[in-house]
Amino acid sequence: MNNSPLLALNQISLKHHQQSLLDDVSLSLSARQIMTIIGPNGAGKSTLVKIALGLVKPDSGTVFRQANLRIGYMPQRLSLNPLMPLSVERFLAMANTRNIDTALERTGISHLRKRPLHDISGGETQRVLLSRALLSEPDLLVLDEPAQGVDINGQTELYELINQLRDSLGCAVLMVSHDLHWVMAQTDTVICLNQHICCHGHPEHVSNDPAYLSLFGRRHAEAVALYQHDHDHQHDIHGDVVCEHHHHD
Amino acid sequence: MTDILLNALFAGLLLAVLCGPLGALVTWQRMAYYGDTLAHSALLGLALGLALQVNLQYSVLITCLLIASILFALQWWRDIALDSLLGILSHSSLALGLVCLSFLDGQQLDLNAFLFGDLLAIVRDDLISLSIICALVIALLIRYWPALVAITAHAELAEIEGLPVKRLRLLLMLMVAATVAVAMKIVGVLLITAMLIIPASAAGRFARSPEQAAALAMLCGAIAVISGLAGAWYWDTPAGPSIVLGAGGLFVLGQLAPSYRRRRN
Repeated sequence: MNNSPLLALNQISLKHHQQSLLDDVSLSLSARQIMTIIGPNGAGKSTLVKIALGLVKPDSGTVFRQANLRIGYMPQRLSLNPLMPLSVERFLAMANTRNIDTALERTGISHLRKRPLHDISGGETQRVLLSRALLSEPDLLVLDEPAQGVDINGQTELYELINQLRDSLGCAVLMVSHDLHWVMAQTDTVICLNQHICCHGHPEHVSNDPAYLSLFGRRHAEAVALYQHDHDHQHDIHGDVVCEHHHHD
Repeated sequence: MTDILLNALFAGLLLAVLCGPLGALVTWQRMAYYGDTLAHSALLGLALGLALQVNLQYSVLITCLLIASILFALQWWRDIALDSLLGILSHSSLALGLVCLSFLDGQQLDLNAFLFGDLLAIVRDDLISLSIICALVIALLIRYWPALVAITAHAELAEIEGLPVKRLRLLLMLMVAATVAVAMKIVGVLLITAMLIIPASAAGRFARSPEQAAALAMLCGAIAVISGLAGAWYWDTPAGPSIVLGAGGLFVLGQLAPSYRRRRN
């Protein structure tokens, strides 16, 4: 495996109307790593993702992306004008036409290919967006709240699908998520963001961090810790602690 | 007499062809207000042209392109709410245009013709410049259509996939500006946006792809032009408003008809 990071953000800061959106945020993502950004509303999660993608320029700090890095991006939602007629196939063909079959098979929605985008459910729409992200055969999958607007069962399926995809494609994943079960069970690194990075590291480590507890509240943290306890018996992935240094200001 | 009618018909159909695909893009991107702003600034261009005593068509065209570029630049200026800015610019430029025109002591000027169009006064020279602009915009539209549709569906995805989103937006704005400039003579400043929005909205429900929507919008615009001209010819109604009324009628009829999409469910 290549040791140089796929993506590295260095001391990113961004202000809007004199108000700080992001303050001195650094992160680094290596191949096949799953990194999840959590944090309250308005913490700057989506903004950080957009900076990583190059859609937004930070006021200061640097963004490094590996040369020729193929990125697949799944935006938070598709807000298509109701008057704009588009089929699933046509929407995907905007990215490229070569891999549509494979991408639809991978996300399990081959049967929706000819359907109008206005005709399919929220969960199906998210899968269409995910399919489009897969078309470039990405080295890095960037997902901004992928399960938004999806019912509980659909959410579990979607997260499982993302996990499978990571394994079969061998890509790294950078994701914004509110689903702490997913975060605790499947993520290599959690970044707890509230304008600045409150704490980061392995999920188990983060869930005991005082900064995390003050941000999400103790009751919530306990619920997650309980879940984690359950989980320890099934998997052994929490054994090797990848706990990096952490700081909170 | 038939010459007048043929000229008017030709000009109207050219406008319908132009407004079909452009109107579809403008509607999907919710840029109706933007069209209004440009239309109103066309009047300012008219006043400038009269004051400087240059060709009115060119002064209107250049003013519209200039205002479009300024609006484009303002879009990237962070601390501004674009919709209120558009509202302010739109009505300020309309008011400024009207005030300037009043100073110019318009002996040869018929303000109504510019506010509501004067399709039956179209002459051969107008047709030539209209055809040139129409050919140019259509050529650009054909060349950049897939990219323009892609940025309309999702601008951020398009940008990540490598499309020059900002330049495409500027192109779209300039094309709308050019269309507004030529449409002024046909439907008038106050009704230009209608020709962009109404045929596209009427057609949208029946189309299954963006291309179909553009083609249907053209067809809808053409029917509106023909019916509006017929009204103007037989009942002596004002041509521009009659055309817009025709388009509005088609829109209402379209709402009554069962939609292709709904029927599928």
